[in-house]
Amino acid sequence: MTRFLAITRTEMLILRRNRWLLVATLIMVLFALALTFAGSAPTGTLGVDMLTVSVASMTTLSVYLAPLLALMIAFDAIAGDVDRGSLSLLLSYPAGRGEILLGKFTAHLAALAFAMTIGFGTAGAVAAFFGGAGPESLMALARLILTSILLGAVFLALGYLLSALAKGATAAAGMSAGLWLVFVVLYDLGLLGAVVMDKGGTFTQSVFPWVMVANPADAFRLWNIAATEGVAIASGMTGAAQALPVWAAPVSLLIWPVIGFALARVAFWRVEP
Amino acid sequence: MTDKALSIDHVLKDRGKTRVLDDITLFLDPGQRVALLGHNGAGKSTLIKSILGLTPIHGGAIRIGDATPGSAQARRETAYLPEAVSFHPALTGREQLTLFAQLSGAKADVPGLLERVGLSDALDRRIGAYSKGMRQRLGLAQVLLGQPKVALLDEPTSGLDPISRQDLYAIIDELAGQGTAVLIASHALTEVEARTDRIAIMRKGRMVADDTLTNLSALAGLPIRLKVRASANPDVLAAELGGSRINGASVELLCTPEDKMEALRQIAGLGDAVADVEMTPPKLEDLYRHYAQEDLQ
Repeated sequence: MTRFLAITRTEMLILRRNRWLLVATLIMVLFALALTFAGSAPTGTLGVDMLTVSVASMTTLSVYLAPLLALMIAFDAIAGDVDRGSLSLLLSYPAGRGEILLGKFTAHLAALAFAMTIGFGTAGAVAAFFGGAGPESLMALARLILTSILLGAVFLALGYLLSALAKGATAAAGMSAGLWLVFVVLYDLGLLGAVVMDKGGTFTQSVFPWVMVANPADAFRLWNIAATEGVAIASGMTGAAQALPVWAAPVSLLIWPVIGFALARVAFWRVEP
Repeated sequence: MTDKALSIDHVLKDRGKTRVLDDITLFLDPGQRVALLGHNGAGKSTLIKSILGLTPIHGGAIRIGDATPGSAQARRETAYLPEAVSFHPALTGREQLTLFAQLSGAKADVPGLLERVGLSDALDRRIGAYSKGMRQRLGLAQVLLGQPKVALLDEPTSGLDPISRQDLYAIIDELAGQGTAVLIASHALTEVEARTDRIAIMRKGRMVADDTLTNLSALAGLPIRLKVRASANPDVLAAELGGSRINGASVELLCTPEDKMEALRQIAGLGDAVADVEMTPPKLEDLYRHYAQEDLQ
């Protein structure tokens, strides 16, 4: 079992060497800080502390950034090795394909977790320092960091899936961009359109919340919103969250990485280097 | 139990409607060096990938010792050098080789191995800055990890300068010396000639020859070329010996290996009329052309 750790160690080395880790962490810190300061205006009117507002803003940020950063590492994971001709060599060693994938996943997830924790942690600390924080808003911050890492895990796994299916790294990058667009932007637009067409009928009442929570990006948003009243008020999104049982969003977000990884594993199995 | 290091027994493989491996049979003893020759698309790389278990076969059997391709045991006992290998450019040679050592589970002296292939100066440089020949050397270093039962080298000399090629064949000899069976897929015919125990030639997915160079020459019945330089009039010589004039002073004649001594005796009998004799046995290139190109016969 130490073989996947050897892969993990090497992948970490690569992420540090090609500055991905540095750049990703920097992006997280800058965006989180910018949103915290820009979003601090409504504190007084809503009657919540600054950290709560900051977490609400950062939730919206993370929906876009976590999948993007994850896909940016994942797309190259298999297709890149195929392009370089090094996958056949790697597979001639005793490490199984599952071990290789798990090794890469562990390294990539650790890197994402590092960037998320530093980014949101810094912004959270700044918000707490200037505008105060309570136990509830600290919990919300911890939840934001953990769920962001989970969301990243989903898109890492989906990125491996595309990387195994694509004919090369360039194609994998293109497919990843498409995947991001569908899950993060188009899915919600489609749902919005459907709700508008439905004019508050049965679809909006009973089907819509479930369709929404099936998307990991929306499940992430719902989980963070439903769990903290303050965040829900600050983000103005309570309706959908209240229509669902409490477990729906967590289950969706926890199950997606498993499904994604299993699909990637199957697709990787079929790759003939 | 088998005493063969590598057994390829009546192997078939189809890709779509094309049969890419057609009834391939090849056995390698421990310590044997076998050259696998053939045109591009003859099926050399496909055969190697089948041995590695990276691509399925549709008939026959392959065994590495007693292990099936792709099994944990087979992968421990097989070393592989892909054609035009490349590695992640962000890693150093030392880091890349350390990864392979950890994956193989073998205790390895990584700096020692890199020195063995002439990369000790580039130990801690990024692979992105390596030349093609240096990447090939790094690939060769990982072949030396552990003590493989079988080493599969796909075009190992591509991108190497002549001196590196000498080093490469020294390393192959070293591998064979420790009991590793080495299969070398190659285009560099003249080098393979002197450096291998046996030659296998593939054409369009079929094995058309598998023997020692001497036996292959005898089997092909390729003529030996005798070039006789006349001291006076080459026309007289040509008439006498039945050959053809090739330039102002020489006559060339072709004879089978069996007739060689007879021809030499005849030439010697001509006495002063002959200034010099040059004898050229068939080269691997001629043999290769004979076996790999006798199309649709």
